Order: sequence, then C-alpha cells, then structure tokens
Amino acid sequence: MSITTLLAISLGAILTNNFIFAQFLGICPFLGVSKKIDTAVGMGAAVTFVMGLASAFAYLVNQVLVKLGLEYMQTVAFILVIAALVQFVEMFLKKNVPTLYTALGVYLPLITTNCAVLGVALLNVQNNYNFIESVVYGITGGLGFLLAIFLFAAVREQLEFADHPKCFQGFPIALITAGLMALAFMGFSGLKVW
Amino acid sequence: MNVGKQFKEGLITQNPVLVQLLGMCSTMAITTSIKNGLGMGVSVIIILTLSNIFISLLRKIIPNEVRIACYIVVIAGFVTMVQLLLKAFLPDIDKSLGVFIPLIVVNCIILGRAEAFASKNSVGASALDGIFQGIGYTLVLLVMCFFRELLGAGKLLDHQVMPAGYTPAGMLILPVGGFLCLGALIAVMQWALNKAQERKAKKAKEAK
Repeated sequence: MSITTLLAISLGAILTNNFIFAQFLGICPFLGVSKKIDTAVGMGAAVTFVMGLASAFAYLVNQVLVKLGLEYMQTVAFILVIAALVQFVEMFLKKNVPTLYTALGVYLPLITTNCAVLGVALLNVQNNYNFIESVVYGITGGLGFLLAIFLFAAVREQLEFADHPKCFQGFPIALITAGLMALAFMGFSGLKVW
Repeated sequence: MNVGKQFKEGLITQNPVLVQLLGMCSTMAITTSIKNGLGMGVSVIIILTLSNIFISLLRKIIPNEVRIACYIVVIAGFVTMVQLLLKAFLPDIDKSLGVFIPLIVVNCIILGRAEAFASKNSVGASALDGIFQGIGYTLVLLVMCFFRELLGAGKLLDHQVMPAGYTPAGMLILPVGGFLCLGALIAVMQWALNKAQERKAKKAKEAK
C-alpha cells in the first residue's frame, strides 16, 4: 500500500465512482434533505463522519467474524454497529452541538438506514481493503456524498423558480436534474491516476 | 380485512416507489435488465412478506422505544437467509445484484411498511400488505427494466429484439438512465393520479 493507492481510492470515491451518481447509494437522504443548502451540507458532514467511523468499526467487527467463521452474519453485525454508532453521534451532537442537532432533526436517526453507510461497510469487505484503505474509502465516499448533495441543493433552490410541466412538479423534476448531474459526473470516468 | 382495497393501494394508489417514494436506490441501481429486476423483485416480495408477518406477530411484545432496532434485526435476519439461498441456487443473479441484496436491509420500503402497517395490523392483513406492496415494487422494477433494456441494449431477457440496424442508446443502461427513467415514470404517475382526481371532482359536481 502506498500513497498512490490511497489517492486513487479517494479520487475514485469522490469523482469517478461517486456514491450518488455512479453507485446509487444514499439516494433517499440525497433527495429528502436537499431543499436548502445549509441543511444539505450539515447532512453531508454528518454522513461523512458516520461513514468514516462505520468503516473503521465494521473492519474490526469483520476481523472478529472472520476469526470465528461467522462471515454470513456480516449484514446483521454491520447494521447493528451502524445503529449503535448513529445513536452515539446523536447523543454527542445533542450535548455538544445542539444547533446542528436541531437542524438535522429527524434525518439524523435516519442515517442508520442510509444505504451509503451500510454500503461502504460491505464494499470495503468486498474490495478486500485493509484498515487504512477502509477508513479512507469511507471518509472520501462521504465527501463525495457531501459534494453531490451540496451541488444538488444549490440547483434545487433555483428550481423552485423555474417553470416546468405540472406533472413534473416535485420529485420527477428533481430526479431529471439529478440525472443530468450524473451525466456531468460521467465525464470524470476518463480520469486516470497513474 | 379488505383484500381489494389493499390490492389497489399496493399496486397503484399507494405504490411504494411511484407514490410513497420509497426504495429509490435499488430501483434505479439494478434495473438494467429484466433478469435483475425479477430477481430483486421476488427477493423483496419474500422478505417483505416474511418480515411483515413476523413483526405483526411480535407487535404486542416489542417495546415502543426500541422498536426500530428490533425491526432492523428481524429484517436483517430474513435478508441474510435470502442472500444465502440466492448464493446457493442462483449464483448468476447474486453476482449481478451484488451489494444490493444485503442492502435490502436498509431498503426503506421494508422498514416503512413495518412501521406504518405491520406494527398496527393483524397478521393476515400484514401478510397481504407485504405481498401487494412487494408486487407493486416489482411491477415498477419490471417497467423500468423493460424500457432500459429494450432501448439501452436493444434486448429483452438477453434476446436481441430490436432490428440489427438499431443503435442502442447506451446512456439508458448507465446511472443517468436510471434517474431519467424513474423521473419520467413518477411524472406519468402524477399525471394519471391528477387526471383521476379531476374526473372524480367533475363527477361530484355533475351529481350536485
């Protein structure tokens, strides 16, 4: 493992294999919390943090499971780890950063069911990443999510004023917009690191 | 128990994907071929029905404060079972669906129905709800798969159906196609529901 591998993982997670636009992980919060830039960024930051932590803990838990020969319990174990982590983050924010806590509201506990978080834990195992690679993949994947949700929220704020057919109101036009952004992100797939 | 009403709600008026907007991730990610869509749809029907039955059975035992955690453990158990079965008997489908099979655990449809329906209704009604909502989800998957596979690859069920001169619109198979397809489908649904509502309002007016 070298710096180049880590750099390749990071660039892949943020741009070429963006969690939202290329892998379809974490679409629910992406569409649900992207009406305002502030809350979108808060959500992105919280998800990044949880994804980083979850990758680290899931790696350790997986080590234990492999040693015990219980690999088939992965899904159950990971989701429990994530649920516990989110609970912990929630308690921490409530005590120390109450403003962010109230801003995120109901979406904070929903991070548990954000498929990007469970997805990153499973992908780490699938890709055979070691501890550092897992954590880097988790954090940069979260940053990719942050970038996507920030850009999308910025577009969506303007969308309110745009004129579109009545039946496209709300979700459909948001999905079409996201599709066009995914098209733009495809341009990164030509990007090669060494 | 009202079977007809539940059937209509699951398939049309309360369709999990098009109206309740649940489970979008998997809907967009795996609908690149009909085979994938069918595999995913059937897996979700099975898991949704089983978890609805189980949660409905346990609804008086599970304490309110920890119910979400309990639901997730129940769901994760069933998902693991289905994943192992797929790995053993349909390895091709397991491979092409990849990480999205374990991700059924966090598919909002299943948790959503557990919370909104199974935790409040009898076992029989919950089982039917699971089946109908699952079928509603599968139908949407199949429609998306049909258009994406036909136009994006010129094939249906891996058989070439478009004339040889047809240049496939490869974009539809890519992630972009998922977003565009689902957006258009939800728009059609909103249009149809609006139309139905208008017609109802008109009829009510005429009756007056």
